[in-house]
Amino acid sequence: MDMPTPNPDLLAQKPKLVAQLRAVLPSDAVIDAPEEVRAYECDALTAYRCAPLVAVLPSTTEEVAAILRICHQMGVPVVPRGSGTSLAGGALPTADCVILGVARLREVIEINTSDRYIRVQTGMTNLSVTAAVESDGFFYAPDPSSQLACAIAGNIAMNSGGAHCLKYGVTTNNLLGVTLVLADGEVVEIGGAHMDAGGLDLLGVICGSEGQLGVVTEATLRILPKPEGARPVLIGFDSNEVAGACVADIIKSGLIPVAIEFMDRPIIRATESFAGAGYPDCEALLIVEVEGSPQEIADQLARITTIAKRHNPVEIRESQGPEESARIWLGRKSAFGAMGQMGDYICLDGTIPVGALPTVLKRIGELSEAAGHMVGNVFHAGDGNMHPLILFDANEPGQLESAEALGADILKLCVDVGGCLTGEHGVGVEKRDLMTHQFSPADLEAQMAVKDVFDPTWILNPAKVFPLAVSAGRRGAQ
Amino acid sequence: MSIMATVKDISCDSEAQLADMIRTGGPFVVTGGGTSRIGLAEGDRLLWTGAQFDYDPGALTLVVSAGMAVDAVSARLAEEHQRLAFEPPDLGPLLGRDGARSIGGMVATNASGPRRVAVGACRDACLGVRFVDGRGKIVKNGGRVMKNVTGLDLVKLMAGSQGTLGVLTEVSLKTQPIPETTATLIFEGQTEVEAVNTMSRALGTPFDITGAAHLRQVADGTPARTLLRLEGIESAVRYRVEALQQRLSDLGEAAVEWEAAQSEATWRAIRDVTRFVGVPGDVWRLSVTPSEAPGLVAAIAPLDVIYDWGGGRLWLLMSAGTDVRAKMGKGHATLVRASDETKRALGVFPPENRLVAQLSKGLRQKFDPEQKFNPGMMG
Ligand SMILES: Cc1cc2nc3c(=O)[nH]c(=O)nc-3n(C[C@H](O)[C@H](O)[C@H](O)COP(=O)(O)OP(=O)(O)OC[C@H]3O[C@@H](n4cnc5c(N)ncnc54)[C@H](O)[C@@H]3O)c2cc1C
Repeated sequence: MDMPTPNPDLLAQKPKLVAQLRAVLPSDAVIDAPEEVRAYECDALTAYRCAPLVAVLPSTTEEVAAILRICHQMGVPVVPRGSGTSLAGGALPTADCVILGVARLREVIEINTSDRYIRVQTGMTNLSVTAAVESDGFFYAPDPSSQLACAIAGNIAMNSGGAHCLKYGVTTNNLLGVTLVLADGEVVEIGGAHMDAGGLDLLGVICGSEGQLGVVTEATLRILPKPEGARPVLIGFDSNEVAGACVADIIKSGLIPVAIEFMDRPIIRATESFAGAGYPDCEALLIVEVEGSPQEIADQLARITTIAKRHNPVEIRESQGPEESARIWLGRKSAFGAMGQMGDYICLDGTIPVGALPTVLKRIGELSEAAGHMVGNVFHAGDGNMHPLILFDANEPGQLESAEALGADILKLCVDVGGCLTGEHGVGVEKRDLMTHQFSPADLEAQMAVKDVFDPTWILNPAKVFPLAVSAGRRGAQ
Repeated sequence: MSIMATVKDISCDSEAQLADMIRTGGPFVVTGGGTSRIGLAEGDRLLWTGAQFDYDPGALTLVVSAGMAVDAVSARLAEEHQRLAFEPPDLGPLLGRDGARSIGGMVATNASGPRRVAVGACRDACLGVRFVDGRGKIVKNGGRVMKNVTGLDLVKLMAGSQGTLGVLTEVSLKTQPIPETTATLIFEGQTEVEAVNTMSRALGTPFDITGAAHLRQVADGTPARTLLRLEGIESAVRYRVEALQQRLSDLGEAAVEWEAAQSEATWRAIRDVTRFVGVPGDVWRLSVTPSEAPGLVAAIAPLDVIYDWGGGRLWLLMSAGTDVRAKMGKGHATLVRASDETKRALGVFPPENRLVAQLSKGLRQKFDPEQKFNPGMMG
């Protein structure tokens, strides 16, 4: 993976840049010592690291605006950062950039339960937003597994999803308004607490823009009343095909479960030895969760088990209470940890049409064997969002590269069956060079044209999303 | 109500041909069924007639030509007990237009009905688009899968762009199962303040309210009605109706409409603003926060009002030529039905703040540099 050569002029101007930043920020908000900026050298895609020139930690929208005015004027690239949990390298610095971290923007600005929204600064973590409204009986629906750590800023930039998005949608479906600081430091208010922002849907294009259109400092989020309860059922099958067919039948039946999670044999085995959730040793496992009152839950689970039984499952385990629910979820929730125990891994995020599930799993098995890397599949089956985990040994020369090559083949496969490269983690640097597999030059040009409007000189996170060769002319304009 | 001077109709069904026509002709008024356009524009009517239809009920997704009629699509979905959950309104009768509303027009106007409170707007159900922009470039974005964050989301940008950025040729949409049972709870005689309060309380329960509307008393004596819709499997709806009544028991007895056809007619009338069809006056659509709605309505004093989306969307009937925008605080107002003269004088779409206007203009310039599509419509 290539990154642009750092601009030597910018590196030489570091003292001037630091002086200007210090003039507008409290002294502890500008980090420039080489050993300290290293704290920002990567996000959760740890295979790639590069310390930034400077890191800044503003506490207000005005400070963010002042930083951007300076960087814009000096032509310094700015990489916005939330909590640095991106799995796509979205927050990976370049050596000549300023990392703009929003972690100090942590205030709840307004809670309105009768109109069902919350206004927050975007450095708040995902989970703390729910915590702020929980006592009123509400929650913020998008729930990435990283929710304890990841910030609303990153959620908006990546349009993050979660296990429950089958029912509640992803970030873009729960975002009502933002305060956005543009590349030149202008502050724009988009949308608001009302449900329909009006005009062109700028909010829609900002959500998922990976820090390339502006820095989001405040957000108005939809909050929802907490369901009365939720319970899962665990269903085991002796083939992936049958499990896939069962998913389709559940969906067609008219029920809308809040989650349908899928695990294949490698994952089941790995999590069993890691967490001991008591899963049956079978080819494929589904966890289907439904919500409602106890009676509603019982009725829905009864229908789901009836459908499942038509597919000859090897096991059906309906949770009878909170403890059993926790055990059913235990394996799924520790899947990443379990794979981590076995070695280093790359987590992919391609999405496929649900019907292509069996074919794709089979093909992944073949590719995995040919490449000599074990691949475990754990994913959101209801919406086709796959998470193949490719195991490798980082200490073994060449392993990262061959694992990445396998990853690229799997993602191309996702695109070829009618899916896409990324369902919720974003493109970042990780899938940047595969974009031409999914998009034509005209498709990419149309996307870059949007960036041209928001950030004409391409200073915001310029080396991400678009293959460097494709964006070269624009980045050159700096 | 004539809005545009049609020079001629141009229709085509191949993207390459469409692109060619766009490069060499214009300006165009991008037209689907011609039922929902509210902005003023002049030019050749450009009709897209492709017939793509690729439906995967097991994945709840549909890829469909923008030229297809919404009703035809809905009929095909119904065969699989599915639907477009956002309940796209048919504004044809309100606007005095006949013609079959199209998928393209639905997406371009982000047409979303009462169920928006529960399932999101049309744009939330849009998964992918293909379109031809003003330079004659064929662009695709998004795809046919439920979750997709690959690159910038131009799908949302196209949804609600009123045909000003490009001609949609194909759209991918999320579908949803049609629930087994529908019930509507009806409170009579509430004031508007009470009604919004009732709706907010209901929407704040975990009972998945899929419609919350309030209608004023009618001259024929029908009292004011506050309506709450519940949908789902039968046992669930029964339970929720009872639980909701219990939670709202301090508001007095609510009647329950169990007859599905009756509920459907009620909500369809709200969706299509049927109450104002054929009634003289201008029609405005407001987007506000519910708790501010009754005060705002009192200040504006419309001839009639429909509260939808729990009070978040208001349809106002006003004497011709009256501007409601001066009274608006937060939120915004769109002039949906009025004479061309009034539309020209007051503007159809809400004014935008300086930077939003600048960004929007910048986007229109990129996608349609020569202003070939619906010129001047959105500003
Ligand atoms: C263990 C683990 C589990 C995960 N599970 C999920 C999951 O279930 N679902 C899911 O969707 N993701 C998941 N992720 C990915 C990640 O957590 C999300 O992408 C998250 O939204 C990133 O948030 P962050 O605050 O850490 O952002 P960062 O990593 O700091 O940044 C992410 C991107 O956002 C941009 N950005 C940050 N702040 C701003 C701002 N203020 N304005 C504009 N742009 C900004 C950055 O430039 C970067 O491109 C997981 C990650 C880990 C490590």
